[in-house]
Amino acid sequence: MKGRHFLKGLTHGIPVFLGYLSVSFGFGILAVKSGLTVLEAAAVSLFNLTSAGQAAGVGIIAAGGSITEMVLAQVTINLRYSLMSLSLSQKLDKSFTTPRRLIASYGITDEIFAIASAQPGVVTPWYMYGMILISTVGWVLGTVLGAAAGSILPAEISDSLGIMLYGMFLAIILPPARKEKSVLAAVIIAAAMSCGIYFLLPFISSGFSVIICGIVTAAVCALLFPRDDEEPDGEVQP
Amino acid sequence: MSIAIYIAVMAGVTYLIRMIPFTVFRKKIRSRFLKSFLYYIPYAVLSAMTMPAIFFATGDLITAAAGTVAALILAYLGLPLIVVALSASAAAYIAWLILSVL
Repeated sequence: MKGRHFLKGLTHGIPVFLGYLSVSFGFGILAVKSGLTVLEAAAVSLFNLTSAGQAAGVGIIAAGGSITEMVLAQVTINLRYSLMSLSLSQKLDKSFTTPRRLIASYGITDEIFAIASAQPGVVTPWYMYGMILISTVGWVLGTVLGAAAGSILPAEISDSLGIMLYGMFLAIILPPARKEKSVLAAVIIAAAMSCGIYFLLPFISSGFSVIICGIVTAAVCALLFPRDDEEPDGEVQP
Repeated sequence: MSIAIYIAVMAGVTYLIRMIPFTVFRKKIRSRFLKSFLYYIPYAVLSAMTMPAIFFATGDLITAAAGTVAALILAYLGLPLIVVALSASAAAYIAWLILSVL
């Protein structure tokens, strides 16, 4: 059972691995430019596993910022993980004991959360371990390659790869939006708000914007389209 | 200040943000509002993260728009994640090739 779930997690993590490899490549380049060594860049990626928070973090390191600033920046940019963790905590298999939760919570990223929450029914610890392992390998490996080699790929190819993760996000949210009008409403409201904030209130950081848009949109949709069904995502039959 | 201290602080804060809600909430939430709220969170968060950022993902508005259109169509058709993701990159790259010829 464990092996099967682990393998399933590894398989589901392949697109994340590929996406992370290219995104963290860019982070590696940025980190070295900010004065970190290859080893330090790799350590940041291994211990944080988050793109926006890390980019802000090395910026603060380069500027010699205070620890308070570092804490506030990380809390603001990464607070969305709390929402994701809370959401995912409702979907956990009974075998998720406290030590297993302590391990798996390390790897709750946007992409891993998105794929795990799209699974029908519950998620198991070994499924999460598999997906987290392959994703982390991609993230750290990409960082090392980016930091060490500067730029292996021609700029236009690495630029084109920059859109991969967003393509993945669309592939996650659009099929359910097509099936359910309430999900479509959530997608449209959040996108409109996010664009509004970006263009009209540019002083709000992207991490904070995601928190505002996520909370407001989900609250509005929960009021307008409350969900009745007790079955967790039950439309897909095993 | 040592870079190791910065990295340790970053890592500690980021881990706690993820770990506390994941580990502390053991009961199933009963409130209909909260359950609905948490159901909509992933769609709202991912949509907000994608728009408008996807248009700046390649560093060029036109190639990004080409990738976005490809991703929107293929995602709407329900193709697998990796197919949508790679096709978006391919579309952006093809757009760059066309632009560089023009």
